[in-house]
Amino acid sequence: MPLITLNNVSRRYETGETTVHALRDVNLQLDAQAFISIVGPSGSGKTTLLNVIGCLDKPTQGAVSVNGTRVDGFDNRDAAQFRGDNVGFIFQNFNLLPVLTVYENVEYPLVMVQNVPENQRKERVMRLLDAVGMADQKDKYPSQVSGGQKQRIAVARALVADPKLVLADEPTANLDSVSAHKVIELMRGMQHELKTTFIFSTHDPKVVREAEIVYTLEDGQITNRETRAGLTN
Amino acid sequence: MKNIFKIAFRNLKRYKRRTLLTSLLIVLGVVLVIVFSGISSSFKTMMIGTITDSMLGHLQIHKKGYVSSIDNLPLHLNLGDKQIAELTELLDKQDNVEAYTFRIKLGAMLSNYKETTNIRLTAVFPDMENKTSPALADRIFESTKSADKFIEPGELIVPENLATGLNLKTGDDLVLVANNKDGSVNGIGLKIAGVMQGLTGPSGRDGYIHIDDAKALLRIDGNEISESAIRLKNPDDIKQTRARILHELEQFSNEKGKPAFELHTWAQLSPFSTIVTVVDLLIITVKIVLVAIVLISILNVMMMSVFERVSEIGTIAAIGTLPSRILGLFVAEGFLLGLFSTIAGNVVGVLALNLINLANFQFSFGRMENIILKTSIAPGELITVSLIVIAITLVSSFQPALKAAKMQPVDALRHV
Repeated sequence: MPLITLNNVSRRYETGETTVHALRDVNLQLDAQAFISIVGPSGSGKTTLLNVIGCLDKPTQGAVSVNGTRVDGFDNRDAAQFRGDNVGFIFQNFNLLPVLTVYENVEYPLVMVQNVPENQRKERVMRLLDAVGMADQKDKYPSQVSGGQKQRIAVARALVADPKLVLADEPTANLDSVSAHKVIELMRGMQHELKTTFIFSTHDPKVVREAEIVYTLEDGQITNRETRAGLTN
Repeated sequence: MKNIFKIAFRNLKRYKRRTLLTSLLIVLGVVLVIVFSGISSSFKTMMIGTITDSMLGHLQIHKKGYVSSIDNLPLHLNLGDKQIAELTELLDKQDNVEAYTFRIKLGAMLSNYKETTNIRLTAVFPDMENKTSPALADRIFESTKSADKFIEPGELIVPENLATGLNLKTGDDLVLVANNKDGSVNGIGLKIAGVMQGLTGPSGRDGYIHIDDAKALLRIDGNEISESAIRLKNPDDIKQTRARILHELEQFSNEKGKPAFELHTWAQLSPFSTIVTVVDLLIITVKIVLVAIVLISILNVMMMSVFERVSEIGTIAAIGTLPSRILGLFVAEGFLLGLFSTIAGNVVGVLALNLINLANFQFSFGRMENIILKTSIAPGELITVSLIVIAITLVSSFQPALKAAKMQPVDALRHV
């Protein structure tokens, strides 16, 4: 059974008298434990697709299932609950909470979302901080670490609650090429180790090369699907 | 919960200047209320104490209709032997009555053999009067007598204004001339035993004589009184005590079958009660100002806080933080701001009151001079002010917090 299924999903935005079709009749099935990239020009609908899959946005029409659950009809509370249990997010701007230390940022989903007891939290947080190479920086605040390090912390935060799926919207867009490569390597390594499905959007061809499967979006429609082995559609 | 408060506290520290300014505003508001309440309540309590302890007592009983004619000091509305006996029996069995006294109020002409003037007099049993009005003796100067015998037959305590106007002093001989209730005139000679400090309000400028002299002057056979003043053990229970005594007085009726007595509280007899009401209204006004300060400042700071952290709200919502928890985060922030400001305001406010006490400020009120301002505030008042501030901080931070909780994460994340 696929981890994610989209059936005839469309998403329209009304901006004044203009209607923007961000997604048009998208049909998609994504298997678990894959490392998937969504590519396409600006405005092609990559972020909208990730938002719909991640229950951050609702489709105007069509059905979305994640991990066997229909998510397109969720209200705010149910969507938040579902995201907390199943989805990790990595953002282009890192989006770490500035008032929390590196350790506390990674710990946040366990404390504020999943209510994991303190004795279990420490082990999980330290394991992930160790895995992303940030254990020695755990007491620093986000303002005290570099952009690449922030994104590594964000990767740890996305994975700490043991989600089925991690969504990363342009995770390397604000990083230099070296840091971008390290972050993608890290994500790839974590995907292998934890068997978590990663879906990320990107413009960067070097980053795209790391993906197992690449979907191309144009004008809200999937126009191409590639695997590492070569063109399949 | 601990983590919610931890994050809320750090967010307050994050915007130090704004937090400090808002907190300062609330602290000032709390201090304003505490100092104003402390001063005005103390002034009120002191004035009420002076009026009740040295003049009116807490309650007064008269013959029905006396108070409406009190300016004329009507002798025909005095109470006789039978009513005095009834009142004595009734008052003796009241739990909350500490003491009571009987008085004759009369008007007379006073002469020092050179000049003659009008005088209002209160004729008293000195021992009963001293128990009912324990501060009365403190108002007498130029006297060497003990409090329970501050006036004896043959003596007169003249009010301060007449003593000054007629240049009277202790030991001077005077003549009092008065009409009795039949209209005939009588006079007696008396010696000045002291001078009574004037007070604002009814009876505040009365002279005092012994009740035996009043009976002689007015040619009263047997016993007669104009009023009974009552001192309560617990003045805070004045309403209940009044209701209880009033209920018992209803059993006594006059020859027309109407109530024989009337009962008034000090507040009904003294114009100072209007000042008390004004002071109470001013305290309420200052509290309303405090509420407005807290409401506006917290609302403003929390709205700014939400507006500046839209992206962060989007992040924590995307991660899976429930809307109720986001609400809690912002309400906790407002609550902590209110709590710390209230604590600081209480400390500074109480310190300010102590400083005022140390400064020994003196003031005059009416004819009362050199009154030292002694301020204090009841712990209950501090708790009330604190609870008001905290409740308002919760209310005012709720709306911005709700706005944050209802934010769609997809819109919030898009915010730059």
